[in-house]
Amino acid sequence: MSIADHKEAGTGLLAVLLGIAMILLAISVALAAAIGDYSIGIDTVFLAVTNGLGLTTADIPPIEQSVVWDLRLSRALVAALAGAGLAICGVILQALLRNALAEPFVLGVSAGASTGAVAIIVLGIGAGSLSLSMGAFVGAFSAFAMVALLSNGATSGPNHTILAGVAASQLFNALTAYIVTTSGNAQQARDVMFWLLGSFGGVRWPDFQLLVIVVFLGLVICLLMARSLDAFTFGDEDAAALGVPVARIRLILFGVTAMVTATIVSMVGAIGFVGLVVPHAARYLVGPLHLRLLPASAAVGAIFLVLADIASRVVADQQTIPIGVVTAMVGVPFFAIILYRARPQQ
Amino acid sequence: MTIVAKDLVWGVRQKTIVADVSFTVAQGETLGLIGPNGSGKSSLLRLLAGLKQPQSGRVEILGQDIARVQRRELARQVAFVQQNAATDTNISVRDVVLLGRTPHRSALSGWTETDRAMVFAALERVDMTGHMAQPWQTLSGGERQRVHIARALAQTPQVMFLDEPTNHLDIHHQIEILRVVRDLKLTSVIALHDLNLAAMFCDRIVVLDGGTVRACGTPEAVLTHDLLRDVFRVEADVECASGYRPHIRFKAN
Repeated sequence: MSIADHKEAGTGLLAVLLGIAMILLAISVALAAAIGDYSIGIDTVFLAVTNGLGLTTADIPPIEQSVVWDLRLSRALVAALAGAGLAICGVILQALLRNALAEPFVLGVSAGASTGAVAIIVLGIGAGSLSLSMGAFVGAFSAFAMVALLSNGATSGPNHTILAGVAASQLFNALTAYIVTTSGNAQQARDVMFWLLGSFGGVRWPDFQLLVIVVFLGLVICLLMARSLDAFTFGDEDAAALGVPVARIRLILFGVTAMVTATIVSMVGAIGFVGLVVPHAARYLVGPLHLRLLPASAAVGAIFLVLADIASRVVADQQTIPIGVVTAMVGVPFFAIILYRARPQQ
Repeated sequence: MTIVAKDLVWGVRQKTIVADVSFTVAQGETLGLIGPNGSGKSSLLRLLAGLKQPQSGRVEILGQDIARVQRRELARQVAFVQQNAATDTNISVRDVVLLGRTPHRSALSGWTETDRAMVFAALERVDMTGHMAQPWQTLSGGERQRVHIARALAQTPQVMFLDEPTNHLDIHHQIEILRVVRDLKLTSVIALHDLNLAAMFCDRIVVLDGGTVRACGTPEAVLTHDLLRDVFRVEADVECASGYRPHIRFKAN
C-alpha cells in the first residue's frame, strides 16, 4: 500500500508533497554550494546566487562568488537534473518493460556511451571534453539503435527488448574492454574506471543549459503519455484494448529515454542505482499511477543525487569518491528499508 | 447486426490459424465460441476485437469496418477481457477499474465525477464495491476476474469480448461470472471450454475446428452427439428436455 492510496483526493496531497520536495531540493542545492574543501556560509551562498542572477550587487569576495556560482551551483543543478532524468527514465522503462528491475541502462545505453567515451580517452580521437561527450553520445545512440533494430523497433514485447538490451550491453562492454586492454596504460585505465562510475567534476553552465532542456522536454512528453503508461499495467495487449496505440507509444518513449540517458551519461558518466531505486521509492510514496509517479520520481531523484554528490565530496579528505559508489552505498540501505516495509503481507 | 465477421483469415508464418471465418452476432446476443485446443478461438476473438489484423477479410462492429476506426475510438465501444491478465504493480481495485475510463479521457484531463460514478456502478454490477480500496495483489482469482469485467464495463462498451473468463474459477464463480455477462444489456462473444456452461448461458454457439466454423446456431441445434464426437472426439449423451437448455453427459469409456 502506498501512502497516497488512502486518500481519495490525491492531487491535493501530491501538490503538498511536490511543494515539500521543491523546498528540500532548494535546501540541498544550497548545501551543495556551501559545503566543500572551501566552506562558504549559507548567507554568502545566497548573495552569490542573487549576484549571479543579476538581482543584487552585494560585496562578497570574488573567490567565493566564483566558487559558488561558477563551480558548485552549476554542478549541483546538473546533479539535480541528472537525478531527475535518470529517475524518469527508470519509471518509463519499468512500466514499458513490465519489469521491476528495469533501469535506464537496460537498453545498452550506458555500455554504448562507455565505449564511445573510452574510444575518445584511449584512442585519442578528437580532443577536449566536448569530443568526449560527443563520443559518449554517439556510442549511446549506436547501442540504442542496435536494440531498436534487434527488437523490431521495440515492438516485439518486453522480454525480447530486454534480451536485445543485454546483447547490446555485452557487445559494447566487450568493445570497451578490448580497447582498454589493447591500447591502454594504467593511467588511462584509471580514467576509464572513473568515467564509468560517474563524476560531476568539470560540469559547467553550458552543461546545465543543455540538460535542463532535455530533461524537461522528456518529462513533459512522458507526462502527456502518463495515462497510456498506466494502461500498460496488465500488458501490451490490454493497453491496446484500452485504446492505446501501443507500438507508437513504445517507440516514442524508448526514444525519449535513450535521448535523456545518453545526454546524462555523456556529461557525467553512467551513474547507477538512481534509475532503479528512485522509482520504487517514489511509488512507495505516491502509488503506481504515472501522473503522480513521474513528478514525484523526478523530485526524489533530484534531491537524492544532489545529496549523494555532497557526500561524495566530504566522505574522503581531499578526494572525490565516484558518485556511482555513493549512490549505491547510500541507496542500498535506504532501499532495504523500503523493501522491508513494502514486503507482501501474507 | 452488431458484429459481422467476413471471410477472416489469419495465421503465423506458413500456418493458418483462422481460415475463412464468417458469422454475425445480433444486438444484445450472447454468443459462445467453443472448440478444441488450438482451434483458433483466442485468435478469432482478437481479430474480432481489433487486437490482431486479419490477413484478409474484415470485421464490422456497429456498421463500421474496425480496421478504419482509431484504437481509442474503438475502445469506447468495444471491451476485451483477457484470460488471467496479471500484474506485479501494487494497484488498488478502484484504480484498476479507472483504467477502463482511459479511452474516454484525454491525456491531461483529470478523472471526473462521471468517471467515479461509472467505476462505482461497474463494481456494483459485479458485487465488488466492498473491495474498492483493496490492493489488487490481495484478491482471489475469482475476485480478480470480476474486477476485470468491472473494468471492461467502465469502458461503457456496446460490445464485449471475453477470452475464457471462467478459467481457474470454482463452479460457483464460473456460473456467477457468466450470469453477470448474460444479464448485461450488451452484445458479447465469449470463448469457453466448458460445453455445459456454453449451453446454459449462450443464445447461440459457434463451433470452431481447425480454424473454420463447423457449426453455428442455438445450443440445441449445435451440441449434438455427432458433432461432439467429430469435433471434440468424445462420446457423450445430449439430454434436451423441452423448455430446458441441453445438457451434455460425457462417457468415461
